[in-house]
Amino acid sequence: MSSNYVLLTILGCSIVTWIPRILPFLISKRVDFPDWFLRFLSYIPICILTALLFQSILEVQATGFPKVKTLEALSCIPTLLVAIRTKDLMKTVVVGIITIAVLRIFLG
Amino acid sequence: MEKKEYLTFKEGVYACIPTILGYLGIGIAAGVVGKNVGLSVLEIALMSILVYAGGAQFIICGMLVIHSPISAIIFTTFLVNLRHFLMSMSVASYFKKEPLITSIGIGTLLTDESYGVLMGALSNEHRISSAWTHGLNITAYLAWIISTIVGGVLGTWIPDPYLLGLDFALVAMFAGLFVLQVDGPIKKYTKETLIVLGTVCVSLYLLMGFLSPELSVLFATLLGCTVGMVNHHE
Repeated sequence: MSSNYVLLTILGCSIVTWIPRILPFLISKRVDFPDWFLRFLSYIPICILTALLFQSILEVQATGFPKVKTLEALSCIPTLLVAIRTKDLMKTVVVGIITIAVLRIFLG
Repeated sequence: MEKKEYLTFKEGVYACIPTILGYLGIGIAAGVVGKNVGLSVLEIALMSILVYAGGAQFIICGMLVIHSPISAIIFTTFLVNLRHFLMSMSVASYFKKEPLITSIGIGTLLTDESYGVLMGALSNEHRISSAWTHGLNITAYLAWIISTIVGGVLGTWIPDPYLLGLDFALVAMFAGLFVLQVDGPIKKYTKETLIVLGTVCVSLYLLMGFLSPELSVLFATLLGCTVGMVNHHE
């Protein structure tokens, strides 16, 4: 692979990733958003984390709708319970990793 | 939960620690993939330093290896990472009073994970300082760069992160961040919150039948926010 090809790709990708990340910070300095828009924005964290979590237990298929990854979905149950009980990210992550490792050994 | 502070750089570093496990698993995997498609360790490091986006880096490697045109790779990366725009939109107003350079610094290092941790802290109505946010962001950034370099250097010599369950660290983290985020609203506005969650899940599932996972996340989020905004009661 030519290194120019790789370098140009990395540079281009870094610019199109960077601009959406910083643009809102520039806009919000100059513009006061209307109330309805702030309300819309206030739902972003819930929605995006729901989507990211659900997406990570789904598997895209060549055709048709996605499939649920069984072991990952099962492991989410104790993981979510620990998260609800402790509200502690570290404990949640550790319980999640142990659960999936055990499930993969016995069922995978 | 014990009382936590959200003021100093050091406290931000501590807040990042749970996410480091997730970065390690995925970062090492990203480094291994980069090595396998023929990138040098320097190129892998450069990609992590400049692009700094987990999912997109896998896709870039996949497209490089089939010699896709640069324009196609850049456009795909743009679409995949467009969700950061939504995240920055929802964070930006909290840092409105900060100097421009501080805001740009926070935006530049915004990722799914650091955003989740930041919003978790904000939703508990803590006052967050920019120093704390920098501590969180810079720790995550370094963890990502280092783990992709480790993956690139070790290549295929390391045990499959999949067997160790390390790939699931990311899912578990999203689960934890999800709970932190939903906990308040679901107690206060049970019905409205459930409608929003349902909208996101159903639309995500349907969209993933036609679109890439990343674009599905983007559109499902937009739809969920719209439903939330319309149904909103004070």
